[in-house]
Amino acid sequence: MALTGVQIFKLLPKTNCKKCGFPTCLAFAMKLAQGGVELSACPDVSEEAKNTLGAASAPPIRSFALGTGEKAVKIGGETVLFRHEKKFINPCAIAVNIKDNDDNIAATAEKVAGSEIDRVGQKLRVDAVSIECASNDSAKYGEAVKLVAEKAPEAALILNCKDAAAAEAAVKAVAGRKPLLYCATGENAEAMAGIAKAGGVPLAVCAEGPEALSALTEKIKGLGVEDIVLDSGAKNAKDIIENNTQIRRAALKKSFKPLGYPIINYVLRDDPVFEASIASVAIARYASIVVVSTIEKWKNLALFTLRQNIYTDPQVPMQVEQKVYKIGEPVTGSPLMITTNFSLTYFIVSGEVENSKVPSWLAVMDCEGLSVLTAWAAGKFTAAKISQFIKESGIEDSVSSRELIIPGQVAILSGALEDKLDGWKITVGPREANAIPTFLKSRVN
Amino acid sequence: MSFVVPKESFNGKVLAVDFGKDEKALAVGGENCLPFLSFEGSIPNRPVIAYEVQDCAPDDWPDTVRNIYKDVSGDPVAWAKYCQDELKAGAIALRLVSTHPDRDDRSAEDAAGTIRDVLAAINVPLIILGSNHIEKDALVLVAAAEAGGGYNCVIGKAQEGNYKTIVAAALAHNHKLIAMSELDINLAKQLNILITQMGFDKEKLITDPMCSALGYGLEYTYSVMERIRLAGLAQNDATMQPPILGDVGMYVWKIKETVASDTDMPEWGALEERGITWEAVTATSLILAGANLLIMRHPRAIQTVNKTIDELV
Ligand code: B12
Ligand code: SF4
Repeated sequence: MALTGVQIFKLLPKTNCKKCGFPTCLAFAMKLAQGGVELSACPDVSEEAKNTLGAASAPPIRSFALGTGEKAVKIGGETVLFRHEKKFINPCAIAVNIKDNDDNIAATAEKVAGSEIDRVGQKLRVDAVSIECASNDSAKYGEAVKLVAEKAPEAALILNCKDAAAAEAAVKAVAGRKPLLYCATGENAEAMAGIAKAGGVPLAVCAEGPEALSALTEKIKGLGVEDIVLDSGAKNAKDIIENNTQIRRAALKKSFKPLGYPIINYVLRDDPVFEASIASVAIARYASIVVVSTIEKWKNLALFTLRQNIYTDPQVPMQVEQKVYKIGEPVTGSPLMITTNFSLTYFIVSGEVENSKVPSWLAVMDCEGLSVLTAWAAGKFTAAKISQFIKESGIEDSVSSRELIIPGQVAILSGALEDKLDGWKITVGPREANAIPTFLKSRVN
Repeated sequence: MSFVVPKESFNGKVLAVDFGKDEKALAVGGENCLPFLSFEGSIPNRPVIAYEVQDCAPDDWPDTVRNIYKDVSGDPVAWAKYCQDELKAGAIALRLVSTHPDRDDRSAEDAAGTIRDVLAAINVPLIILGSNHIEKDALVLVAAAEAGGGYNCVIGKAQEGNYKTIVAAALAHNHKLIAMSELDINLAKQLNILITQMGFDKEKLITDPMCSALGYGLEYTYSVMERIRLAGLAQNDATMQPPILGDVGMYVWKIKETVASDTDMPEWGALEERGITWEAVTATSLILAGANLLIMRHPRAIQTVNKTIDELV
């Protein structure tokens, strides 16, 4: 619940010393109420004021990192219920669950380490490993945790272990990796909270349904743990969608603090295709961590792509910089092609030009991130604009021929372009990018 | 602080549309809450998935899905019966691809014959789709509507450029109708208004806001569907209350991820599972966004999504 400027003013030192850069404490308070500055700009603010103001300005869903280092994943911090309202902020982490008595621990951990792929210019990977204490043997569990930590050196770790003694040893063993401890329940809450607090690690809290869960998170918070992850016990798709929705709504619309935390869903199924479908439910409906039981490459690709789609900005399409890109080592006689700066278009086309092994120039024109046909229909990929871009791009100094290859879908532009680009020959390329390799190779021979 | 279940109650309601006849008839829509949130509303009908069948051999489908139908796909009657009897399809969507001028340019009369043959052979509901050629569909779907008279079919798709004749035919022969526009909530609304202004009952309409595949614009389809649902429920906008169609298969089974071999793309993993999963994930996300009726191709993808729906209802 936001405070007004006057309420904030009452908590400030009221010395008007100007160190914050504002003429008076009141002016600073007003700005703070609008969210335009940070409280830390005032060096003299009291601890009491910090606590009160900090709590009031805390985001409705807490946000923190899972793991450490460059590949740490930020989770939580979401602000809306529907992606068309505003961008979903922190893409959910995808994790795989490994049992400590599984024979393939090392191999699975290595698969996680090597899971990174590039899609539309983003690097996507399995972010975390959940190590499950299935053996009930704390020595065995400790070894499994160390093995995963070693074989997947950059992955975030989830210590899936309800036994406090085993969990404590495991947290100590990988403390530097800031693992997520999973999980505190009604039975072990005190012990788990103690371990999480001592180790400075986040704690997952698990109870059946949002109501029981909120009571337990309040207790855990009272025990001094701040970074909490929620598991409402939802395993089937119905519970996932209903509980996750209730949690997200309570946090955002009712400012209900006991549920203002990121959500974890275990979606484990025997059939990997089915598991992908259930994981999709969790990804689309508010999970911040989705745990699966296998990570086949094809399944990863589908889930990464769904996550990318759900978390793109609805207002601004993903786009690349306008310029003439070199693919391979083009020379003055190499072919010159043109397309738009929609990321998807650029990455598909450049990928196929690469496949052709024919060094080429690819002119990418700013069309506000629209695909070829959309840009054409919106009047942004017209003969006049293309010719102006070609002239201003300086490409005329790099190529000797005066031939421009245009996408087959805008063949209709060729006549007008020949009129506008004096001395240029316009060649209509294939309609679909997958025909580009054959097309380019046939020109060479 | 104690937890209170944050419920939304809406004034609006998705219209229920039934199709097919006798005991095999189906209904979609009818819910008065967001997808699968039955804690705050009632959801009388689960989403329905129709198997896509074509009136000519699916030469442009990739092997993963073409091989499944290779023994039957030369003949739409055999193909439809195979889906109904062997794959237990609850509904069939027959796409009259061969009528497209760039394919075989088959006549509207030919298409009507195919419809009659297929309807005589099956007892599950039939969705009849044109080839998505504006002018040709206007002829083909009119003949198809007549051929399917008495079977309470779904006919589509009526678009801005051809809706008048198709609406008149659906009206005359008592069919349900798919209205398709291009990924824009205002266009979808406008087309529904134009169609109902012709005297076509809004309770017989299905909206297709245009589908797209995972990774190829899915986010646009997803958000347009969510917005249509919200407009129908929260704002009680009657023009936004028809059930929603997701024509999934035709968008999925042409993109590189469902076509490129494991040898070409080793980092993408096994082609067969990749394609099936692509279709299943696309479909799953669209039922969450509000789709009530899906058209799909691969039996394993369809079975998977049906299993997910079993969990969701
Ligand atoms: C998603 C989408 C949108 C999104 C925008 C997405 C984006 N960032 O561009 C939104 C919803 C915003 C949109 C809006 C509009 N859209 Co729109 N949209 C689409 C849709 C569904 C997919 C476009 C897409 O992403 N394609 C994928 C990319 C990768 O394709 P691409 O850029 O063409 O690239 C391919 C080829 O062209 C080729 N290629 C690309 N570059 C090159 C270069 C060379 C040298 C070669 C050889 C090949 C090549 O390779 C690629 C892969 O094969 C299409 C329909 C469809 N299924 O295609 C309609 C479509 C493009 N839209 C259309 C229209 C009319 C519009 C609007 C004007 C009206 C409307 N419906 O609202 C607006 C205009 C936007 C504006 N700002 O005013 C029409 C265009 C009709 C036409 N023939 O002119 C289409 C075809 C729909 C239709 N069937 O009518 N659209
Ligand atoms: S720095 Fe603090 S005390 Fe000084 S004027 Fe600003 S708000 Fe007031």
